[in-house]
Amino acid sequence: MTDLTLTKKDFTSDQEVRWCPGCGDYSIVSTVQSFLPELGVARENIVFISGIGCSSRFPYYMETFGMHSIHGRAPAIATGLAISRPELSIFVVTGDGDALSIGGNHLIHALRRNVNLKILLFNNRIYGLTKGQYSPTSEQGKVTKSTPAGSLDTPFNPISLAIGAEASFVARSIDSDRKHLTETLRAASAHKGSALIEIYQNCPIFNDDAYQIVKDGGTKDGAILRLVHGEQIKSSTHGVIFEAGSMKVVPLDSVNESDIIVHNANHPDPAYAFALSRLSGSQLDHVPVGVFRDVERAEYSTLVNDQIADAIAKQGAGDLSALLSSGDTWVVQ
Amino acid sequence: MSKQVVSLNQVTIRFAGDSGDGMQLTGDRFTIDTASLGNDLSTLPNFPAEIRAPQGTLHGVSSFQLHFADHHVKTPGDAPDVLVAMNPAALKANIKEIARGATIIVDSDEFTSRNLSKVGYETNPLEDGSLESYKLHALPLTSMTVNALAELSVSRKDAERSKNMFALGLLTWMYHRPVEATENFLNAKFAKKPDVLAANLLAFKTGWNYGETTEDFAVSYEIAPAKMEPGKYRNISGNTALAYGLIAASQRSGLKLFLGSYPITPASEILHELSKHKKFGVITFQAEDEIAAVGSALGASYGGALGVTTTSGPGLALKTEAIGLAVMLELPLIIIDVQRGGPSTGLPTKTEQADLLQAMFGRNGESPAVVIAPSHATDCFDIAFEAARIATQYRVPVFILSDGYIANGSEPWKLPKVEELPDLHVEFAKTQENFLPYDRDPKTLARPWAIPGTKGLEHRIGGVEKADKTGDISYDPKNHDFMVRTRAAKVAGVEVPNLEVDDPTGDAKVLLLGWGSTFGPIGAAVDALRANGEKVAQAHLRYINPFPKNLGAVLAKYDKVLVPEMNLGQLAMLLRSQFLKDVTSYNQVRGLPFSTTELIEATMAVLND
Repeated sequence: MTDLTLTKKDFTSDQEVRWCPGCGDYSIVSTVQSFLPELGVARENIVFISGIGCSSRFPYYMETFGMHSIHGRAPAIATGLAISRPELSIFVVTGDGDALSIGGNHLIHALRRNVNLKILLFNNRIYGLTKGQYSPTSEQGKVTKSTPAGSLDTPFNPISLAIGAEASFVARSIDSDRKHLTETLRAASAHKGSALIEIYQNCPIFNDDAYQIVKDGGTKDGAILRLVHGEQIKSSTHGVIFEAGSMKVVPLDSVNESDIIVHNANHPDPAYAFALSRLSGSQLDHVPVGVFRDVERAEYSTLVNDQIADAIAKQGAGDLSALLSSGDTWVVQ
Repeated sequence: MSKQVVSLNQVTIRFAGDSGDGMQLTGDRFTIDTASLGNDLSTLPNFPAEIRAPQGTLHGVSSFQLHFADHHVKTPGDAPDVLVAMNPAALKANIKEIARGATIIVDSDEFTSRNLSKVGYETNPLEDGSLESYKLHALPLTSMTVNALAELSVSRKDAERSKNMFALGLLTWMYHRPVEATENFLNAKFAKKPDVLAANLLAFKTGWNYGETTEDFAVSYEIAPAKMEPGKYRNISGNTALAYGLIAASQRSGLKLFLGSYPITPASEILHELSKHKKFGVITFQAEDEIAAVGSALGASYGGALGVTTTSGPGLALKTEAIGLAVMLELPLIIIDVQRGGPSTGLPTKTEQADLLQAMFGRNGESPAVVIAPSHATDCFDIAFEAARIATQYRVPVFILSDGYIANGSEPWKLPKVEELPDLHVEFAKTQENFLPYDRDPKTLARPWAIPGTKGLEHRIGGVEKADKTGDISYDPKNHDFMVRTRAAKVAGVEVPNLEVDDPTGDAKVLLLGWGSTFGPIGAAVDALRANGEKVAQAHLRYINPFPKNLGAVLAKYDKVLVPEMNLGQLAMLLRSQFLKDVTSYNQVRGLPFSTTELIEATMAVLND
């Protein structure tokens, strides 16, 4: 394992990438391929499991083990693999429809159990593969093929949802910010347990420029509230303060520098990270980007396998003959 | 004074009471003591879906029927010789199935005007003469139990609750069952509740003594042991046997056993049982839903475990998409469907065989899977083992169709010798150059089982159609046609034993062909028909997809084939479509196994046709 001198090329499969030109997924797959060598894990011990949707084609492009499964079920399949093969490094690749609509149940349960899965949620706020219907993260009023008069549903905030589901690691990054995405992947990989990274991802065909405000050179510095553990939470123009029991984004020149909150990703109270997650409205005027929450909690497959090891330590390894003849038996001569 | 002892060949007893009266426990204990005496036996627990239905009502009645004999027993018996009814509801719910002349023991304390009116008795059946043609023993079970326990420091409620042990004690005396095992069982069960233990033990003993001393019971009965093959035996239910079979398969294959399951009646006992056996390395995962249950099992199979999911009909409906993925991925997967009455929620605690076509065809696309079914409770052990063999050798999903009758019913089981169980060793794909994930074994058509962690075998699989050999995504028309046919050929080519036909004279006029849990009832009917001089043959399908290779020849040999099923003719539909054989269906969906009598009548109708 230590003689690994792998490069990005080693993690790139021979399959032709079939996303639309300009899709944010290109940048993400390239960033992940570049990041994996530093994990120090052999290729055969890495598994990518995806559901259905544009993002879920991801595993085909990775020279690792991979499974392109069925819609919404990747966390469930990955959980079975993670419990029975705890030594593997498993990534789940999913989208806003896959993870938050059809697969919502599996996502929240994987998070609450704290299964050792790194979940990359590509959020483009639209259904791409089915050609442009609104998604559970689309802003209310979204005009799409299935909602010509505007969508009526209140969107999910994936970060809030994950925190509410007892997630131990929750972060947000952006497809085009390779440096930040790499840092976030690094932090997630160092975390023991489930890690959810919401990745803002542009769909140039059906929802182009949905994240323009956090990507455009002229607006992004003012819109992005950087979450760096131990540093103040602020953009170039605004900072985050506590006010009347909640968090608020205020112009930097309206507060004392010392009132700006210093980020604590390890805050034991999920209400802290939850409050941060609420700062981005659906118009994304101010968007916290970075690690919201990173706390230690027992990892699920470790717990499962500890129970087994404990049973064997206390009772000895199972003896099939003894099992079959347990209970009341009798002998016929 | 010594009482008269009468020898009997066989007896059927039904214990019936409120669902809170402990009838299942009472029946279980009587069964275990009966088994230990060497009688052959078969049981039928029958209980409502409600955990505690309103007391004293008809829909709250729970019963447990036991048929035991000095010879081989194939069914829990049609009509009980003895009914123990703990209240008017239990009497009313069961009396129509009790033959005239049978013994009825009731708790007369419960026959109050309030309880009688609750179930619509206008007069007290214990007094109005309506039970005159039965041997009625109206005993104040509750007050006798409470009086006997007066010296103990138990509440009246706990004392009353012990009346099932009084009844068990009385029946134990009546049928010369041993008392020690039940006493040991109570000692273990209530070790931490000494008051309750004392109450139960004393109630049990008092019931026994009552039989011994009262003049109300002048006769007791002996049933000699049945002739059984020498060996060590235990009593086992179908669900427990399935759990043990899976553990055995795990041990004999060297594969880790992974159960992904979501609780559902009547399959949950398999999850409960397997969760107790962690020292065998068994992983049980109670998933968030049926879909995650099968998904996790498939994920575990992908990683090289023996992936299993357990469910019943409504759960199977939810799992179908993931099973289709397993078909496409060509990975081993065992799906156990303990069938119950359907559709929808249906009859959760009652038996039925109506999921056969769901298992066969309940997926999108051409999605073949292996379907096998245990014939009786102890066959569940073997069928689990067989499912593991087929799933791991051919890398296919395998359905086991059990049902509520054999899941909960029990019978004596001759313990297999572990070292004689077949070796299920499986080879995973090994590190190699130019690995082709969809290259096939020419004999089995199985693709390699290439598990993560194997250097050089990195590859991608998924639900999108695969190119032959490489497994890459392919939308090529010819390739899809080829792959669909190949997956079908693989399942069709699974090696299964030929169908054995029981036709002693070789010239039977009718073949009774069944599958699954109807084996016992059909066998009992065949025995009775032959005793009457009728020439009938019996064959029973354990393998439904693929069918045994000789099935067509067997069907061709008989002019008349009667197919009894607890559905509206699902196997018959398969037989007709595959073999163009005009079989006769006999169907009922009452939530109960067939009675011997009705199968005799159905067969006679075919014979006389």
